[in-house]
Amino acid sequence: MNKECVAMLLAGGQGTRLKSLTKQIAKPAVYFGGKYRIIDFPLSNCTNSGIDTVGVLTQYEPLILNDYIGIGSSWDLDRKYGGVSVLPPYMQSEGGGWYTGTANAIYRNIKFLNQYNPEHVLVLSGDHIYKMDYGKMLDYHKETGADATISVIQVPWEEASRFGLMNTDGEGVITEFDEKPPNPRSNLASMGVYIFRWDVLKQYLIEDNQNGESSNDFGKDIIPALLNDYRKLMAYKFEGYWKDVGTVDSLWEANMDLLKEEPELNLNDYSWRIYSKNPNQPAQYIAQSAKVSNSLINEGCRIYGTVDTSILFYGVRTEEGSLVKDSVIMPNVKIGKNATIHRAIISEGTVIEDGAVIGDPSPESEITLIAREGTVMAKSYMHETIK
Amino acid sequence: MDRIAGIINLDHEQDVLDELTYFRCSAAVPFAGRYRMIDFAISNMANSRIDSVAVFARRKYRSLMDHLEQGKYWDLDRKRGGLFILPPDWNDPTDISKGDLQHFHNNIDFITRTLADYVVVTGTQNICNINYENVLREHKESGADVTVVYKKVEELYPEFRRSHKLDIDENQRVTAIHNDQHNNNVYMDMYIIEKNYLYGLIEDCIAHGCSHFFLDGIKGRLPDINIHAYEYSGGHALINSVESYYRHSFNLLDESEHDRLFKEESPILTKVKNEAPSKYLESSEVKNSLVANGCVIGGDVEDSILFRGVKVEKGAVIRNSVIMQRCEIDSNAVLENVILDKDCRISNGRTLVGAPEKPFVLAKRNTM
Repeated sequence: MNKECVAMLLAGGQGTRLKSLTKQIAKPAVYFGGKYRIIDFPLSNCTNSGIDTVGVLTQYEPLILNDYIGIGSSWDLDRKYGGVSVLPPYMQSEGGGWYTGTANAIYRNIKFLNQYNPEHVLVLSGDHIYKMDYGKMLDYHKETGADATISVIQVPWEEASRFGLMNTDGEGVITEFDEKPPNPRSNLASMGVYIFRWDVLKQYLIEDNQNGESSNDFGKDIIPALLNDYRKLMAYKFEGYWKDVGTVDSLWEANMDLLKEEPELNLNDYSWRIYSKNPNQPAQYIAQSAKVSNSLINEGCRIYGTVDTSILFYGVRTEEGSLVKDSVIMPNVKIGKNATIHRAIISEGTVIEDGAVIGDPSPESEITLIAREGTVMAKSYMHETIK
Repeated sequence: MDRIAGIINLDHEQDVLDELTYFRCSAAVPFAGRYRMIDFAISNMANSRIDSVAVFARRKYRSLMDHLEQGKYWDLDRKRGGLFILPPDWNDPTDISKGDLQHFHNNIDFITRTLADYVVVTGTQNICNINYENVLREHKESGADVTVVYKKVEELYPEFRRSHKLDIDENQRVTAIHNDQHNNNVYMDMYIIEKNYLYGLIEDCIAHGCSHFFLDGIKGRLPDINIHAYEYSGGHALINSVESYYRHSFNLLDESEHDRLFKEESPILTKVKNEAPSKYLESSEVKNSLVANGCVIGGDVEDSILFRGVKVEKGAVIRNSVIMQRCEIDSNAVLENVILDKDCRISNGRTLVGAPEKPFVLAKRNTM
């Protein structure tokens, strides 16, 4: 029995621009939005789109990610045939080694894909926050008869040079691909979501592997090779919220985006739930002394201080007189009496002692990152990353 | 390693929570923002490494089955053992059993097939956080036939009127079980018993036409059998009336009371709903309240409990109230001393006020 479409989720990246947030965990395992990890978004999208077979390619610091994914039950991906498979690099009789690039990671798992003999392969990355129906994109891919379909989103022209850009003709056929060009000719950015015909992709992966010059990367090698051969590449326009959370600033911004009155990314949409592993904690408690506004708070929190325009993950405790403003507080952080936190991201398990002052309240200032697990903060820190 | 099996016996639990039990048994009544009453019984078993649990259901169990599913939220989706929801559908023509012995008789396979040597039998109205491994240890040390669990209560609230009370000697041996309203050793409707001994008692009770296993099989045999009393000293709430439900709900707003029931090392588990974190809007004013996930709050909430997915619009006021799952409170509505069951909607500008000693209860899926 073959599967129509199998997803391959690239989750091995280090995400160095997230600084010490990814010192001990892979980027897709980084926390987001009060209860999620980044990888919850592509995995939930898969399950909501009816894609029930997902290979997760891991490499960098996989412990927490492996533990988190488990057998995929949090996303309904514990299936008899298909479901989630974690695919780390491995040794073979003729040797082996690390994945050398995104294309190499898929190449080395041709056997996994052959098991399901899919017609199409959906390639995803674990770096973005968005809700997307991959089923609609697959329909478009099939209707147009494309060899490959790349999901694109319109970005502001002034930011376009940060992205891989697609030049298309009037029909949506991709004519050129520019990776981060200094003078953009298009503002259609690749979202890192690809659908390939499996027979075509397999051929190009094998050829790419034989090319010693190749960096084995989808954006740098596979897509240009397909374009060179005049293969049919279609751009699929996606409309909706999509955000790369690859840097400390963008991660903070994406969190703050959730606090708008009508956020573009609606987490309360019962028809498109974002699933995650549940920490099983009791309901949150907001005390008499507390003042909470414009914030997202998760279960297991006990709030005695002021929380304004912030996101609190599960199990956070803030004491009387404390102030948390414009910040993201990850699980099980303890915030002492009269401590103040402005414009900061505080990592899991940090203890902020009574009276400590963290971060810089002035708007536009740099986001303060306290990123080592279990740090005890007694004094003042600003614009400084505790490594 | 001793193994324990669990039976949650709902046969004697009356549906006495007025509107809250119109459509569900009391075991399925929502409590503490995100739980159902049965979560405590079943989590205590899971935390005591009990991996085989039978639920003797009799009435109004649709919502209970919906909640428990295959037991996966309590790790009870097992190949061997796991969760058995056992409603009363039995067809043994030779069956002469009566009362809850019908359940024991018709589900005797659960007892004979389990690998466990001991069985814990409990109801769901005594909310607590107990470890049955400790109960078993004391049971074995005492050499008793049965060990019953009790709580020495400080104040004899009205809800204890129907509970059995224990007379206990200096060796913690039960000398009498009765209904004396001045005795504060309240029997918590749970006991542990060796499997084969339980089997023998069941047979004997049926042969003698008994209809209540605990009263006839255990209490009625005093002083011939050795009943040990295990004192439970943790957090406890007996919920068998709207009044006790309402009072114990608000007790949870006290941190120390809350932490006696909800412990990190023995968590109370429940069905996962995948709700987003709760959102507090700029206009919200929340004080001394328990809030579950998935709420969107724009109004004032004070001394209250909000279950998962409740929407409170700007300008709405909620005081001393319990608002269950997915209720919607429109702007300028005022609720005080109210219990709203699931999916109720209070439209713009309505006022509902109950008395502190007798809250106004609105049944499921009402619109005002």
